[in-house]
Amino acid sequence: MSLQATTYLFVGLSFALYIGIAIYCRAGSTKEFYAAGGAVHPVLNGMATGADWMSAASFISMAGLIANFGYGGALFLMGWTGGYVLLAMLLAPYLRKFGKFTVPQFFGTRYYSKAASTVGVFCLLAASLTYIIGQMTGVGVAFSRFLGVSNSTGIYLGMGIVFCYAVFGGMKGITYTQVAQYCVLILAYTVPAIFISLQLTGNPIPQLGLGSDMAGTSVSLLHKLDMIATDLGFAQYTTHTRISTLNMFVYTVSLMIGTAGLPHVIMRFFTVPTVKDARSSAGWALVFIAILYTTAPAVAAMAKMNLHNTTFNYKIMGNAQAGVEVDHNFDLFAPDSGTLYASRPDWMKRWEVTGLLKFEDKNGDGRIQYYNDKSKNPEFQAKAAAAGWKGNELKVNGDIMVLANPEIALLPNWVIALVAAGGLAAALSTAAGLLLAISSAISHDLLKEKFMPDLTEGQELMAGKISMAVAIVVAGYLGLNPPGFAAGTVAIAFGLAASSIFPALMMGIFSKTMNKQGAIAGMLAGIGITMFYVFAHKGIFFIKSTIFIDSVGGPNFFFGIEPNAFGAIGAVVNFAVAFAVKNMTEPVPADIAQMVMDVRIPKGSKAVDGAH
Amino acid sequence: MQHDHEAYWKEVLGLIRNVLIIWFVVSYGFGILLAPMLNNIHLGGYPLGFWFAQQGSMYIFIALIFGYSKLMGKIDEKHGVQED
Repeated sequence: MSLQATTYLFVGLSFALYIGIAIYCRAGSTKEFYAAGGAVHPVLNGMATGADWMSAASFISMAGLIANFGYGGALFLMGWTGGYVLLAMLLAPYLRKFGKFTVPQFFGTRYYSKAASTVGVFCLLAASLTYIIGQMTGVGVAFSRFLGVSNSTGIYLGMGIVFCYAVFGGMKGITYTQVAQYCVLILAYTVPAIFISLQLTGNPIPQLGLGSDMAGTSVSLLHKLDMIATDLGFAQYTTHTRISTLNMFVYTVSLMIGTAGLPHVIMRFFTVPTVKDARSSAGWALVFIAILYTTAPAVAAMAKMNLHNTTFNYKIMGNAQAGVEVDHNFDLFAPDSGTLYASRPDWMKRWEVTGLLKFEDKNGDGRIQYYNDKSKNPEFQAKAAAAGWKGNELKVNGDIMVLANPEIALLPNWVIALVAAGGLAAALSTAAGLLLAISSAISHDLLKEKFMPDLTEGQELMAGKISMAVAIVVAGYLGLNPPGFAAGTVAIAFGLAASSIFPALMMGIFSKTMNKQGAIAGMLAGIGITMFYVFAHKGIFFIKSTIFIDSVGGPNFFFGIEPNAFGAIGAVVNFAVAFAVKNMTEPVPADIAQMVMDVRIPKGSKAVDGAH
Repeated sequence: MQHDHEAYWKEVLGLIRNVLIIWFVVSYGFGILLAPMLNNIHLGGYPLGFWFAQQGSMYIFIALIFGYSKLMGKIDEKHGVQED
C-alpha cells in the first residue's frame, strides 16, 4: 500500500474512533456538558488531561526547539511539567471541593462580586483565544503536511471533526475522545523514538539511550553530540543556556505557574468524583505527560545527531567501526567532507518540497555545508573561510526533528502514517479542551450568571452547545486568517495565565483575608504590566509599527529577561498590588472567610457537588 | 472546630512547604543554578546537571505529587476531615 493510502487509512480510522466515542458519550445535562457528570475515573482524567495539555506544538515542535536550544530547552520540559506539582497541591483539590464548573465562577463567588467574575472571564477568554489560534493553525499545518491538502482544507476538516464530538458530547464526549487521542499520540511519538534509540545506541528505551554510548563505541551519545556541535561552530549541546541563567530561571517559573493557571487544564479537575481523586489525578496526568516529555529530549538529541550525520559524513549510524578513532581522522574542513547534494537521502528531497528544509549552494561546490556561520570563535571562522565555506547552506525548520524522524530512521510506512494520526490527535484534543473552556465561559459565566439567570437547565445546555458551535467557527476563522501575532500566541497565553489567573486563584484559597478590591486590582496590574512588556517588544496588539521598546530601554531591558518569560514578573506584581490594595480597603465579609475554610477541607465534597 | 481547623491547616501548609522545597531544589537548584557544577559528575552518559534538567526533575515531580497525595490522605484522616 502506498504511503498516502496508509496515511489516509490510519487517520480515517482514528477519526472514526473519535466520532464513535462521541456518539456513545452524548451529554444529557449541563453537569455532563461542563464537567462530564463529575464521574471520570482519576486515571482516565489524567490521560485526558495529558491529551488536553499536549498540543500540536508539544507534539510537532517541542523536540525541534530542544534540539536548537540544547540544554536550555529544559526550560520547556521543566516549565510544562513542574506546573502540575503546583496544580496538584495548590489548586486542583480546592477547586474540586469548591464544586463549580468554571474558573470565573470561582472568582465571582470567592471575591463576592460580578466584577471579579467579569475580569476572570476576560482573562480566561484572552488566554484561551490566543492559545486556540495556535491550535487551529496547528491543525491546518498538521493536515497539510501529513495529508497533502491545503492549510484551509485542513482547518475546515478539523473544525468538522471537533464540531461532531465537542458540540454533542461536551466535556463528557471530549474527555473520552481525549483518552483515545492520548493513546494514539503517545504511540505515534514513542514508536519512532524507540527505533531510533535502538539504531543509535542499541538501547530500546529512549530515556536510557540518551544517556548511553553510541552503538559499538565507548563514547557517549551526548559527548559525541557536544563534540560535533563545537566542531561545527555551534554552542556545546549539554551546557548551552537560554540567554542567561536568570532568564532561564524566570522563564521556567513563568511556564510553571502559567501551566497551573490555564483554564482548560484546571477545568479537567472538576470532572473527578472526589477531592482525593483530584490530587491523584494530577499525578496521573503528569505520568502520561512525562512519557512524552522525557522522550522528547532523546528525540531532539538523536534527530540532531542524525541530521549532522546526514550532512557531514560522520558515519555514526549502522557502522560499528565508526568510533572515536574515525572522528579524529575525519577532516571536517576537507573539500569532500560535506554530503553531495545530488546524493542526498530521499527524506530530504521529500521535506524540501514542504519548505521545511532549504538548501542553497552558496559556494557552488555541490556539497552541503551545515554549520553555524554566526559562530563567535575566530579560529573556527578562519578554518571555515580557508575551507571555502561561504555560509550555512541548509536551513532547517525544527519541526522536521519529529516529522521526518521515521523516514530518517528508514521505518516502514505504517509508522509514518501513525505519526500523522498522532499529530492530528494532539492538535484536535487541545483545541477541543480550549473550546469547552471558551463556550462554558460564555454560556455559564456570561449568559446564565449575568444576563439571563432564568435559563432552565435544558436552555443552558442548548446555549452551551450553540456557544461551542460559535466558538468553533470563530476559532476556525482566526485559524484561516491568523492575526499577525499568531506565532507568539501560545507563549503569551502562558504569560496571561501566569500573571492573572494563577495568583488570583491561589490567594482565593490560601488567604482568608484577600478581598475583592485586592484581587481585581492585582489581576489588572499583573496582566497590565505583562502586556506592556510584551507590547513594547512586539508592538501594541502586535502591530509591528507600534513597537516602542527603544523608548523604554531597549530589548529585554528588565534584567535581560525576554518577553515570553515575563509572566512570572507579572505574577509578582499581581501579588504585591493585591496585598497592598487589600490593606487599604474594607475586609472580606465573614461568610466568605468561612467559605474559604470550608474549601480547605475535603469533607463534604459530595454535598457541595451539584450546588451550582 | 476552629481549633481543629488551625491545626489541620498548619499541617497541610507544612507538607506543601516541604514538597515545594524538594520541587525547587531538583528543578531550579540542580537543573539550573547548580547545573554547571553538577555537570562534572556523570550519570552513565549524562552530565548530572543536564540529566536533572531534561529528565530527573520530571521523574521527581511525579513522585512528589503521589507522595503529597498519600500524605494528605493521612492528614485528612488524622483530623477526621476526609470524604465519606
